[in-house]
Amino acid sequence: MMHARHEDDEGAQVIRLASARHDGGEAGEPGGDAGAGPGPIERGIASGLAFLRRRLAGEYEVDEFGYDPDFNENILLPAARALYEHWFRVELEGVGNVPAEGGALIVANHSGTLPLDALMLSVGLHDHARRCVRLLGADLVYQVPVLAHLARKAGHTLACQADAARLLGKGELVGVFPEGFKGVGKPFADRYKLQRFGRGGFVGTALRAGVPIVPAAIVGAEEIYPKIGDLRPLARLLGLPYFPVTPTFPLLGPAGLVPLPSKWMIQFGEPMTLEEYAAEDADDPMTLFNVTDHVRENVQQMLYDTLLRRGPAFF
Amino acid sequence: MPAESGPAEPAAARVVLVTGVSRFLGARVAHALQADPGIERVIGVDTVPPTMPLGRTEFVRVDIRTPGIAKIISSARVDTVVHLNLVTSASAPRAKVKELNVIGTMQLLGACQRSPDARKLVVRSSAAVYGSSPMDPAVFTERDEPVEAPTSGYAKDAVEVEGYVRGLMRRRSDLTVSVLRFANFIGPGVDSPLTRYLRMPVVPTVLGFDPRLQFVHEDDGVEVLRRMTVENHPGCYNVAGDGVLLLSQALRRAGRPYVPVPAPSISLFGDMGRRFAGMSGFSPELLRWLTYGRVIDTAAVEKELGWRPKYGTEAAFADFVAAQGLGGHPAARLASLLRG
Repeated sequence: MMHARHEDDEGAQVIRLASARHDGGEAGEPGGDAGAGPGPIERGIASGLAFLRRRLAGEYEVDEFGYDPDFNENILLPAARALYEHWFRVELEGVGNVPAEGGALIVANHSGTLPLDALMLSVGLHDHARRCVRLLGADLVYQVPVLAHLARKAGHTLACQADAARLLGKGELVGVFPEGFKGVGKPFADRYKLQRFGRGGFVGTALRAGVPIVPAAIVGAEEIYPKIGDLRPLARLLGLPYFPVTPTFPLLGPAGLVPLPSKWMIQFGEPMTLEEYAAEDADDPMTLFNVTDHVRENVQQMLYDTLLRRGPAFF
Repeated sequence: MPAESGPAEPAAARVVLVTGVSRFLGARVAHALQADPGIERVIGVDTVPPTMPLGRTEFVRVDIRTPGIAKIISSARVDTVVHLNLVTSASAPRAKVKELNVIGTMQLLGACQRSPDARKLVVRSSAAVYGSSPMDPAVFTERDEPVEAPTSGYAKDAVEVEGYVRGLMRRRSDLTVSVLRFANFIGPGVDSPLTRYLRMPVVPTVLGFDPRLQFVHEDDGVEVLRRMTVENHPGCYNVAGDGVLLLSQALRRAGRPYVPVPAPSISLFGDMGRRFAGMSGFSPELLRWLTYGRVIDTAAVEKELGWRPKYGTEAAFADFVAAQGLGGHPAARLASLLRG
């Protein structure tokens, strides 16, 4: 069991701070470890300047998917981490079930009207499992300005067979939300009820790549923007899958975009190795349906368990 | 593997015809080929006289849109045709470029089909055939179909050219045909819509998008074309330098000032540049590429040739920047200040 709370778990906290200082010590001053060297503020400034210099000169690497680790670790993750630790107070369970290395497919439920659960999942896995999860996003993400390149810089890519297979083949940890828009945009009344798991394409991908499926249940995201209505004509006009109405949005305007501070728990289940199947079974629709149902039941069961353990939604 | 398929004779190129020889790539390839002692004759054709000396390459001024090209192929007993005539620039009128690209290719392929001596065809195509769209897979392999097929410009021409080449392959199965889909060429000698774009005083980028780009260095491109001509490697191959650069990253490395502009106004901006400052406009396919980018997988060509490009994407771009003497804008100076 691992927690992100300061008082509960010092180990996780120490790892994170060490990693945050890692590149500062490397690029900045020599002999910073001696203890008598520059203090945390100086080190922070030095690493900030080193980061700024790298960005201005373009001296950083991106992979073929557009993943920019330098930008992700220094800008995107710290911003999301503030939400993760202080707003949603995320607790992780079963982090040991996430393979420490090699390819694996994380299959999680999707909820929250805006996909903040994807962001929190990647912070949790980065800080506590030391893995960068590469999520598969809807094509809408890649059509929206700004979001398109931020998603790529954070290491995510389009949900398609080719990209998933390529990432898994390189031994990356891939995350997928098979419910898609049906899950993230479901009404508040349907909270914690899993929607249809797409067409089961993720099972075929895992079978072909020979990687385990790690089920994950994310509890708490359902309450951040309780979707009590949907302005369909407006959604159609804007080309969006839905236009949500929450108790605060669009009533309070931009202030309605502040998520409610629900208490989150993310649980990772036992990896499903799929060893009883061969790679050729990926072409057998019945096998795919069966495995998909099995994974879905697994995630649903984990959701109910975690929901019970969490207790009240906001405390 | 595929190198052993086809007829068993040692299909060494002896008389090579290079189209588009008056332009940069054609001239470079002609030079590389004439240095090979196994090749008896290199014949270069183009519609305009060459701007640089061609050495022992025999230049014939002929329009490949006319049947004149067939006469040259039959009278010189050409056995290998290297077709580099794809015009990618937007400087000439579109209708003329399209005619040169498509009708020229049809005439050339028709002549190859008739010729009893023809044994090999090497075609320069472009990675633009994959198009650029937000629904693209992150990396295109040779087997992937475009998600949104290109509908305009030289990208569409390249698709049509490849279609005619496939038609020829069906009718002349004895020919060894190599089709090369190149990423954007870059290097000290390259003059293309891309290099002109990068040299704009202030480079407009598409607001909210940061495409992944890939480049191939001119030296690597010439080497691949040379190997494909003197060796037997039938098939369709992607050619690009290893690695990826984001547009913002490339512009920062080149020290170019850039300004994000909403997509609709960027083409207007480009058109104004063309009209008033003599710069090239933004063709729709260039604009799409600058919005969504494109990455191609080069594993197949590296395996087939047992060769890796000398320049990765980053190195190729750095070579271009160094040769152009770009750099020195405020952000780059600030960066060097911070380094010191």
